[in-house]
Amino acid sequence: MKKLLVLSFLWCACALAEAPSTVAIHNAKIVTVSGPVIAKGTVILKNGLIEAVGENVAVPPDAWVVDGEGMTVYPGLIDALSTVGMPGAAPAATGGGRGGRGAAAAAQTPVPAAQAAPAERSWGPEDRPQTTSWLLAADELQAGDKRVETVRGGGITTAVTFPTRGIFAGQGSVIDLVSGEKPAEMVLVASVGQYISMGGGRGFGGGGGGGFPSSLMGIISYVRQVYLDANHYKLVKEAYAKDPRGMQRPEYDRALEGLMASQRFLLPANQLVEMDRMLRFGAELKTISPVEQKMIIYGAREAYRPEAADLLKKANVPVLLSIHWPTPPARTADSEDSNETLRTLIERDQAPSAPAVLQKAGVKFALYSDGAESPRDFQRAVKKAIDAGLSREDALRAFTLSPAEIYGISDRVGSIEKGKIANIVVTKGEIFDDRTQIVMVFVDGKKYTPDAPAAGGRGGPATDDPGAGGNQ
Amino acid sequence: MKKLILGALLALEPLCADTIVIQNATVMTEGPKGIFKGSVVVRDGKIVDLGEKVMVPAGATVIEAGGQYLIPGIIDCHSHIAGSGSINEGSVSVSSMVNIRDIINPDDIAIYRALAGGVTTANILHGSANSIGGQTLPLKMRWGKSAQELIFAGATPGIKFALGENPKRAGNPQGGGRGAAGAIQVGRYPATRMGVEDVIREAFNDAKAYKVEWDAYDAQVAKGEHPIPPRTDLKLQALKEVLENKRYVHVHCYRADEILMMIRAADDNGFKVRTFQHVLEGYKVAKEIAEHGAGASTFSDWWAYKIEAIDAIPFNAALMTKKGVLVSLNSDDAELMRHLNTEAGKAMKYGGMNETEALAMVTINPAKQLGIDKTVGSIEVGKDADLVLYDGFPMSDFAKVQKVWIDGAQYFDRDKEVAAQAAKDAEKQQLLDKEKAAHGQQSTRRPNQ
Repeated sequence: MKKLLVLSFLWCACALAEAPSTVAIHNAKIVTVSGPVIAKGTVILKNGLIEAVGENVAVPPDAWVVDGEGMTVYPGLIDALSTVGMPGAAPAATGGGRGGRGAAAAAQTPVPAAQAAPAERSWGPEDRPQTTSWLLAADELQAGDKRVETVRGGGITTAVTFPTRGIFAGQGSVIDLVSGEKPAEMVLVASVGQYISMGGGRGFGGGGGGGFPSSLMGIISYVRQVYLDANHYKLVKEAYAKDPRGMQRPEYDRALEGLMASQRFLLPANQLVEMDRMLRFGAELKTISPVEQKMIIYGAREAYRPEAADLLKKANVPVLLSIHWPTPPARTADSEDSNETLRTLIERDQAPSAPAVLQKAGVKFALYSDGAESPRDFQRAVKKAIDAGLSREDALRAFTLSPAEIYGISDRVGSIEKGKIANIVVTKGEIFDDRTQIVMVFVDGKKYTPDAPAAGGRGGPATDDPGAGGNQ
Repeated sequence: MKKLILGALLALEPLCADTIVIQNATVMTEGPKGIFKGSVVVRDGKIVDLGEKVMVPAGATVIEAGGQYLIPGIIDCHSHIAGSGSINEGSVSVSSMVNIRDIINPDDIAIYRALAGGVTTANILHGSANSIGGQTLPLKMRWGKSAQELIFAGATPGIKFALGENPKRAGNPQGGGRGAAGAIQVGRYPATRMGVEDVIREAFNDAKAYKVEWDAYDAQVAKGEHPIPPRTDLKLQALKEVLENKRYVHVHCYRADEILMMIRAADDNGFKVRTFQHVLEGYKVAKEIAEHGAGASTFSDWWAYKIEAIDAIPFNAALMTKKGVLVSLNSDDAELMRHLNTEAGKAMKYGGMNETEALAMVTINPAKQLGIDKTVGSIEVGKDADLVLYDGFPMSDFAKVQKVWIDGAQYFDRDKEVAAQAAKDAEKQQLLDKEKAAHGQQSTRRPNQ
């Protein structure tokens, strides 16, 4: 029993969960994140929770034991902004940056709101255009989403997943990436905040029949009007609840109800200018909001600029930073000349240093995959940030405890501590390394063995190094 | 906020010496001192002295400007630069809920280029897609500063109205197809000039009712009562401010008939048009414009780009001026914005204006139209030190802007700009080479998928 061979998992390409009631990972290096690294220790998982962790932890006789010799144990990674499990969602949660000035400008605001569900043409804020603020990611989850497995292969055990279509797209939920029949099993926290996007907008003549709002300033004024309406709505509702006699009843407005049910709001900002704009706008919304709400900024591509980090630090607003780094546009041999501006080139060169800059400035931030979901893409993208100055420890924190703190769930996930949820990643080699092999992933104590990459056969899931068996 | 230097990549932080003396220049003041050869003294961002002979304060930075011309910073009464996203919220016929203030983009290179053309203040307007457009405001071209720092402090905000072809285009089955390719454009009222007038009048009916509601609430509050406030409606709020004289109305227009229509509609609803913009047929109804008290901001010689812009003449500005209209010349365009000095110069040829009258149309006159003439628009003691130094007669095609100051801080220096160009080119090439090397390597490593 105790001598179960770890190696056997490597041959098993199946992703089905195995769930013995007690698991002991023995003699492994344990990176707890919340405390010091344990050079050689044991983690006990029981009934989906972390039962014990330490250097000298007795292995229960009924435990299913993993020999952790030569392995490292990490807390399960948290993707701080995702669309995993959302019906029909594209992998790129926020349509992050590609290269090129034009592309960068087009992607200024991370989400194309134009993909909002076809609706009646809107003639003003009263029509509540592109608004599904009442939608709860937890209620929309699709259990069979293939992406659950893909993402988990990179060590992500938990995702904060959002409806992302529209201006007030809906409320995100924290989910554990278990594979199963019932989506409800995945849900950790049903509602963590409202996803607001600023995309779309064509201006003259009204966006393709979509009506109001068709411009960025239209969207901003719409968001402001909805907050003002929510404020008024609450006043009227309270007055009516106190004494309905002789008073016309306030009309039920699900858009406002959805907004008021949100503990946080997420505002998009990639460029410094947008950060400045959204930080001020968010502060304004907080003063209007009839309910207590926290602000989160997402995107943050230009956070590599020290001025941006200063701004974020001063505002004391947490940031979700996309690791979808901008890439150069396709160039052919004969198009040597670049029309791109110096600024665009600098952005592309420096974007991956943003996490390091934020870290240094003391800004609270988490990283999110933003479409870099295959284990290879994910690992490579994080590695770029590490190469650009982010320490491995800080990178790990930005995918574990930091997002947990930002969403107020650090009491249950984000580190290896007794009593927390048994979300664990076991690797051979250091996490976020080119050659790292993710040996197994535990979510809610259920063990998953990542698929070997289709191209590589035997190699680790995240390597593209020709020497490690990758297919050319 | 002060540390936020957005333009650090492209411009040096403006030099801000406490005291500056610009000496031996030909100073075209556009103020009581007329044109003279002498000096201007700037301290703490303000003009503190000027004349043929001035006391040079100890420690002052002296700029020798012999043979050069100093003018007040140029003011563009109609611009659409420095905004993020579309400057039209064209989906609805009344878009007064939107505000240019929300989308100021201090990173727009057009700001720096305008600065290099001598512009120090620009009135940033919403577009002309709808009868009643969005809220507007003047900005100073403080390149390198944050959005909030560009805002012209204390200036009365505005709102854009538009008459004629543009606002009715989206309602026209033949003219409305500006949406996404293949998308069915749902027609938007109005489709006629009659409809444009109706939209404006209906909006003010609503605004007046809204104002009554709020005035009643305010009166109750003043009496110490605690009623539930009415709903705040951002669209009507802006029009209420027009009725309360707290917001200027800038009206895009071309034809004489629609100008008269607008004057009647404003008179009937108890508000004033602050400026007519474009106003190419203004010369036909200059008396009526002057009587209403509106200003006119027009082009020097830009017309015939559409039917309603056909009946135009280059004498428009001069003729309106003669009838007592306060006239400015504007750009409506990021490129034209860079040489408003020569636009003004054309009025000397067409209409026989003298150099002071011509230059006034891009300095003190737009300042008056925007209600900011107490602080800018001319070189006078006490005004903001918004100054432009040209190497020759400023309304000549050959004149080049040498230096530009806003609030006494230097935001543009031609010599420095030219000198810095080579380093920027080298940096760009280096980044391109680096990328090419890295990318070439990567693409050979990428496995087949």
